[in-house]
Amino acid sequence: MRKFIKYSFVDLIQSYWTILYFVFFLVVTSTILYFSADMTKSIVSMMNIVLVLIPLVSIVFGAIYYYNSREFTELLLAQPVRRRSLILGQYSGLALSLSISFTAGITIPFILKGIFASEHLPDFLLILLAGIGLSFSMSAIAYATALKHENKILGFGISLFIWFFLAVLYDGLILILLILFKEYPTDSLAIVLTFLNPIDLSRVMIMLGLDIAALMGYTGALFLKFFGSFTGIAISVFSVLCWIAIPSFLMVRIANNKDF
Amino acid sequence: MIEIKGLHKYYGNHHVLKDINLDIGEPGIYAILGPNGSGKSTLLKSIIGLVNPRQGTISVNGISVAGTHAYRNEISYLPQIARFPDNLRVFELIRLIKEIRNEEADESELVNLFQVESDIRKRLRNLSGGTRQKVNMILGFLFDTPYLILDEPTISLDPVSLTKFRKIISEKKEQGKIIIYTTHIMNLVEELSDHIILLLEGRIIFKGGLKDIYGKTGSSSLENAISMLVDKNGK
Ligand SMILES: Nc1ncnc2c1ncn2[C@@H]1O[C@H](COP(=O)(O)OP(=O)(O)OP(=O)(O)O)[C@@H](O)[C@H]1O
Ligand SMILES: [Mg+2]
Repeated sequence: MRKFIKYSFVDLIQSYWTILYFVFFLVVTSTILYFSADMTKSIVSMMNIVLVLIPLVSIVFGAIYYYNSREFTELLLAQPVRRRSLILGQYSGLALSLSISFTAGITIPFILKGIFASEHLPDFLLILLAGIGLSFSMSAIAYATALKHENKILGFGISLFIWFFLAVLYDGLILILLILFKEYPTDSLAIVLTFLNPIDLSRVMIMLGLDIAALMGYTGALFLKFFGSFTGIAISVFSVLCWIAIPSFLMVRIANNKDF
Repeated sequence: MIEIKGLHKYYGNHHVLKDINLDIGEPGIYAILGPNGSGKSTLLKSIIGLVNPRQGTISVNGISVAGTHAYRNEISYLPQIARFPDNLRVFELIRLIKEIRNEEADESELVNLFQVESDIRKRLRNLSGGTRQKVNMILGFLFDTPYLILDEPTISLDPVSLTKFRKIISEKKEQGKIIIYTTHIMNLVEELSDHIILLLEGRIIFKGGLKDIYGKTGSSSLENAISMLVDKNGK
């Protein structure tokens, strides 16, 4: 598997798009840090960008990378290798290169701004963690979807819909549900629903770290009430890991039953 | 020894291979023939493990191949369509495949033979179709394996390269290897094949030597003989 991780990673890290992605984060982070004197505000702005953009880019990259390397995958699978090693290796190389572009892009400006000496270091680290978690989980979802659907347009469409659903529709749906059932105790329902969405989970995780009641939102406040901030963060991290492990498991299953 | 027993393959509801039974044990050259879409590539892909059979077994050297991968150390495979990563250079691709197979091999002779020395540092996306096929061929012949599975190896090759291909195949045969290939070029088959397997709509409608096919049809040209068999067995 290591060979495939290395190969995919080296292949992608040199690609034009990965470099563009890095430059994008570099420019946006520098701009935000430069124009806002208040570190908390900068962190919140960064959080919003990370939560919207990373899932979208990871989904799009994941699908493109799978479909582009489709025929080469076939040649590699004709070698004495395990399907599991190849597919997990390719996916890990992809997720790793996304994570590294993002990490480098936002870390450099924050270091220049003196984040290591700042009380906001934990908040920054949480954003980093959330961004890496989202890169891994969303590209895993895209990879599994693309493996499942040989038809590019369908695979792409489904992946984009998953993004749209998780990033845009989901919060609205939760709200509607909570209003519909407002006669009943809905707290645990809201918590469960948050677990089911890696983007919401990442938001809650960062919010719990920032610990600003006004920004917390309904679910954030619930997490705080139920678990306290430390346990809340730990549970969120664990759930994000599930969001990586489950699609990876599905990926291997789909690949094993697939005709290449 | 490659043994295929009662093999059926479906893509969705599409029944692509129907009750295939084959024993490929004797060294030599096996040509798999049949019209477009008759299932040739699917049969080769089943052997190499790229597609999963619905029913039936395939074994190589007596061991069932389902879900295993080590047996592919014994097989070289040349796919019908060769597409490589755009940004990779030819020598990097060769190095990568060696690394993945964990096997040393010397490509210089093949590179010389197919006269691609000047392309070896080029990126794969910049190669002509024929050169790409030569690279495909170099990868197919790079490792010294007892089985070679070649899916339309001669596609888009110029006459000079075709001659070289013939030479390599004959050498491999003399070394006692088993070569299984598909092609639509009948005079290549007449010249190069010991065994013929004719597929039609996923069924084997003929297997045997060249002489048998002439004898069975009373025709003296392979092209005619094949057409006759296809017409007789078609709907
Ligand atoms: N991945 C796939 N999914 C669905 N159908 C497929 C797939 N691959 C092949 N088929 C179908 O299976 C049948 C056999 O295809 P195959 O590629 O084995 O034919 P072939 O004999 O190699 O043809 P050709 O001479 O054109 O290479 C065809 O009808 C083809 O459309
Ligand atoms: Mg074919």
